[in-house]
Amino acid sequence: MEATSEQLLWMYEKMIEIREYEETMARVYLEAKLPPKIQKGLAFDIGAGPVPGEMHLAAGQEPVAVGVCAHLRRDDTVVGAHRPHHFAIAKDVDLNAMTAEMYGKATGLGRGKGGHMHLFDPAVKFSCSGIVGAGAPQACGAALAAKKLGTDAVAIAFFGEGAANQGAFHEALNLAALWKLPVVFVVEDNKYGISVEKSASTAIASNADRAVAYGIPGVLVERNDALAVFEAAGEAVARARRGEGPTLIEVKTDRYFGHFQGDPETYRPKGEAKALRQHDPIPALGATLRARGLLDDMADAALRERVSARVQAAYDFGRNSPYPEPQDALLHVFAE
Amino acid sequence: MSTTTTTRRLTMAQAISEATAQEMARDPRVFVMGEDVGKYGGIFSATTGLLEQFGPERVMDTPISETGFMGAALGAAAEGLRPISELMFVDFFGVCFDQIYNHIAKNHYMSGGACKVPLVITTGIGGGYNDAAQHSQCLYSIFAHVPGLKVVVPSNAYDAKGLMTSAIRDDNPVVFLYHKGIMGLSWMSYFEGSTTEVPEAQYTIPFGQARVVREGRDLTIVTLSQMVQKSVLAADQLAAEGISAEVLDLRTLVPLDRAAVLASVAKTGRLLVADEDYLSYGLSGEIAALVAENLDTLRLKAPVRRLAVPDVPIPFSRPLEQFAIPQVDNIVASARGLMSFKLD
Repeated sequence: MEATSEQLLWMYEKMIEIREYEETMARVYLEAKLPPKIQKGLAFDIGAGPVPGEMHLAAGQEPVAVGVCAHLRRDDTVVGAHRPHHFAIAKDVDLNAMTAEMYGKATGLGRGKGGHMHLFDPAVKFSCSGIVGAGAPQACGAALAAKKLGTDAVAIAFFGEGAANQGAFHEALNLAALWKLPVVFVVEDNKYGISVEKSASTAIASNADRAVAYGIPGVLVERNDALAVFEAAGEAVARARRGEGPTLIEVKTDRYFGHFQGDPETYRPKGEAKALRQHDPIPALGATLRARGLLDDMADAALRERVSARVQAAYDFGRNSPYPEPQDALLHVFAE
Repeated sequence: MSTTTTTRRLTMAQAISEATAQEMARDPRVFVMGEDVGKYGGIFSATTGLLEQFGPERVMDTPISETGFMGAALGAAAEGLRPISELMFVDFFGVCFDQIYNHIAKNHYMSGGACKVPLVITTGIGGGYNDAAQHSQCLYSIFAHVPGLKVVVPSNAYDAKGLMTSAIRDDNPVVFLYHKGIMGLSWMSYFEGSTTEVPEAQYTIPFGQARVVREGRDLTIVTLSQMVQKSVLAADQLAAEGISAEVLDLRTLVPLDRAAVLASVAKTGRLLVADEDYLSYGLSGEIAALVAENLDTLRLKAPVRRLAVPDVPIPFSRPLEQFAIPQVDNIVASARGLMSFKLD
């Protein structure tokens, strides 16, 4: 499946947006968390600063999100995982509200009740979960709903390779295959489940091989490349829309930051993250665009300026929005 | 013009499946999924007749994959459908509790009210027929402990139909727990009080309204589910001894009708909680705490008494199980004990 010029430009711009978003968050998140502002003996204060809680960044994994979401419509469902920003941005989740949620502000997607691992934007059918593997059955449910409602909408479940060892993953694959659900399971193999290397957690090299057990197509994308993902996902999404059932895709990708911000990364060979950046998928796609005459220096600069303004506006919105009233903690347990 | 309401005697199982069928006919978004809910009609007959009436698209037999289909029910509910998802025995919740308590219960809250989760989880509870520790628990307190789930525990067919209709129409996740020993199954002895007259027409019973099953003046028995029937039998015996027991059926744990408990205890001055769940950290403690917190206005004539499973897994052998699960005689004895107490 050949990407159109429009799709190529969209993927490129979204990748830059995700990268800028994550690099900005990497800085903002550390504000007031490091010495000397905090007490002696602490290396890091996770609850301090403008963005409290854990923070899982996805810089480096952009190709997975944009390569899949390039095929999606607003009425398609995406269920992400605990490292959700790249999926959310690629699914056009409201950037201001998403950022405000991470600051815990009243203007956030969940009015400050969810935080970075629990982003819900029903307007574009996006959700995610902090529980590894939990989204796969939920994507089956969204696909089941599409089937029952007679639409040709599809559902995507994104998760890391660690999740493929959860029971929920296997139950979801069986269910989707059994009921021929319009769902695509996308595994991001970033090589690490927190600190544990894939080789120490998974008995086989490629999770795509596990598709055989459920009688569905399994596709391994070996390159952290937006066009390679685009191609694999295009076929899978089209199959799903045609009512031919689910596909399992595994993409070998790279995580530039630690599992979480502040992760000492003692499990990682020294210099690995830096080395990974030598194969950055963003300039690679930029070069393709240039070769096809879709991009030049001026257009690139204009695009980057546009993205920067958007990202900066989102962080400004998040930072400057008001906190919820403390007693609002009591609201929204039940729908009225 | 006058309307006549036809009523028939129905078992609780029939009442639940009738409520479901009527809602499915009224609302095309409602569908049923779970293990053996189709051809089998539900292992405890809660879905009998639905497959014939609505077909396999709306009455879906699932694989034995509780995480898979509970998660799918959530995904479908998030898209605007209204699934009824049966967890065969409540004891199996451990297999899928992540989907229930981390997602189904919390997504509305974490989304700041943006996402609704209108689904019903039905499940069988209770012992008394020697099915041992993994098939005999009640466990409703665990669901009630997690914010975001409504918890319904009916004691009879009339209530079951009205509460089930309300559950399906509720925009929130509702856990609907029916005791196997009052479903009116042909293969299990059951308490007569649970099979009742039930109107054919649809009706709802609001959540959070306890029912005074039997009025009394000497003590209040707060209870629910099959223990309602046991408490009524106990109240009959007590009446013969001149003790007048009021029996209060909670019907829903979340929301809990605290006012009804307090009003009854204010009247009688004595409280016995009769529960088939475990004793510690559960419903009986909750009710006792409620009364304790209101001792500034309530006057008790005796300490609070609790009857529940004494913190052991439900044993298999008949004498062991009969000992562990509170019986009519235990209720009678506890009530007598309350009456003999003299507070200064």
